[in-house]
Amino acid sequence: MSGLKNWKEIPTGGVIEEAGNADNYVTGGWRTYKPVLDEQKCIHCLVCWISCPDTAIEVKDEKMTGFNLKHCKGCGVCADVCPKKVQAITMVQEGK
Amino acid sequence: MGQKVAMTGNIAVANAMRQINPDVCAAYPITPSTEIMQQFSSFVSDGEVKTVLVPAESEHSAMSACIGAAAAGGRVMTATSSQGLALMWEMLYIAAGNRLPIVLAMANRALSAPINIHGDTSDAMGARDSGWIQLFSENAQEAYDNVIQAIRIAENMEVRLPVMVGMDGFIISHSIESMELLDDQVVRDFIGEYIPNRPLLDVDNPMTYGPLDLQDYYIEHKRQEYEAMKKAKPVILQVAKEFARISGRKYGLFEEYHLDGAEVAIVVLNSAAGTVKTVIDDLRGKGVKAGLLKPRVFRPFPADEIAQALSGVKAVCVMDRADGVNGLSGPLFPEFRSALYDAKQRPLMINKIFGLGGRDLGLQHVRDVFQELLKISETGKIKTLAEYMTVRN
Ligand code: SF4
Ligand code: SF4
Repeated sequence: MSGLKNWKEIPTGGVIEEAGNADNYVTGGWRTYKPVLDEQKCIHCLVCWISCPDTAIEVKDEKMTGFNLKHCKGCGVCADVCPKKVQAITMVQEGK
Repeated sequence: MGQKVAMTGNIAVANAMRQINPDVCAAYPITPSTEIMQQFSSFVSDGEVKTVLVPAESEHSAMSACIGAAAAGGRVMTATSSQGLALMWEMLYIAAGNRLPIVLAMANRALSAPINIHGDTSDAMGARDSGWIQLFSENAQEAYDNVIQAIRIAENMEVRLPVMVGMDGFIISHSIESMELLDDQVVRDFIGEYIPNRPLLDVDNPMTYGPLDLQDYYIEHKRQEYEAMKKAKPVILQVAKEFARISGRKYGLFEEYHLDGAEVAIVVLNSAAGTVKTVIDDLRGKGVKAGLLKPRVFRPFPADEIAQALSGVKAVCVMDRADGVNGLSGPLFPEFRSALYDAKQRPLMINKIFGLGGRDLGLQHVRDVFQELLKISETGKIKTLAEYMTVRN
């Protein structure tokens, strides 16, 4: 656990003094499956964007562009909600 | 200077709270501490304090509201007893872990079952490892004095831990005694203005209270709490020194009564110490070297000082008004015996569990304990290490 601070260096009471720093908390390592997008199939309905519990769907100019893999936990919700006729997201096992 | 008054322990504590004038008080009534909040709510209604009174639907909620108010940046107080403290249990740890300087007045009472509303220290002992500083009081005066000092101790920046102040339920909470109230202004100057640490209401500096803390930092935060509890000891003594200046009353980590050169001694909390003192006066008149150590501060536990004070005494009885139900002894005994382990001249030690559920401790009971200690001192032999007394056998 290098880079971590010792007990004298951190704020008391477990308080986090920096607002919005959950962004620095990398939870992507929890994944066993990762979502993979087929850009050809995607119709940019953004149902995945509104459904992702980790706001890990990246969108630019109202177009679905991919995943924030720093925070995506691989839950598969996006693949599940992607319209049946589209199925633009496949869950692929990590490390394969 | 102050004013001589006749008051119950509860009313004395309510008056300390009136003089402290906390920002928020969240509470739920429970015997025998009810009178504290009842009297204090009159002070609120009469405009004698500016406190926001939050009548909660349970003690768990009361302590939760105290935690919220303290994190928001308020000076916060409450009162409870027995099952009430037990129901707060989960939140007590959160108040301490979040380092919120809440002060709680506690009229010590037995725990159910069987249900009983009278005085013993089972409630406080259940909270001894919660990270709260624990002060105990023999009488109404000490309860009043301890509550005022508790504010300064809790709010010290080196400490920032909550403090609970105990007194025996009914025996002290409901008995009228003569005591001294300090002038309101003297108390207000003594406690000073409250400076919150990282208040949540400081919207320019947003921060998070109570986030998840896993293997990477939890133990570091506990290490900080340990340090704060250690630092509390000198702070308690410093506050006591300053308090003596405004009151003339001296406090330490514990009170020693004829302990210097004592051959036999009793250790006991709260009001029972008064009974023991009466017996000691009598015994000293007959040339018996009997003494008392009355703990005032149980958390932090002043082990070194205790060892020093009791070293050289031949036989000591630690009297517990609570049972640890470990099949051996009351909760004070293992800690006191452990403190004495490194003493230069280690006394022989026994434990008595007495007075549970408010059962009276009479003078004869105390005389019997001293007789037993004298026999141990003489023979060097302990017959029974720990046992119940004041019980029908
Ligand atoms: S797998 Fe789950 S966390 Fe990752 S992008 Fe899809 S919905 Fe979001
Ligand atoms: S739900 Fe499927 S089709 Fe809709 S934006 Fe997401 S990936 Fe594209």
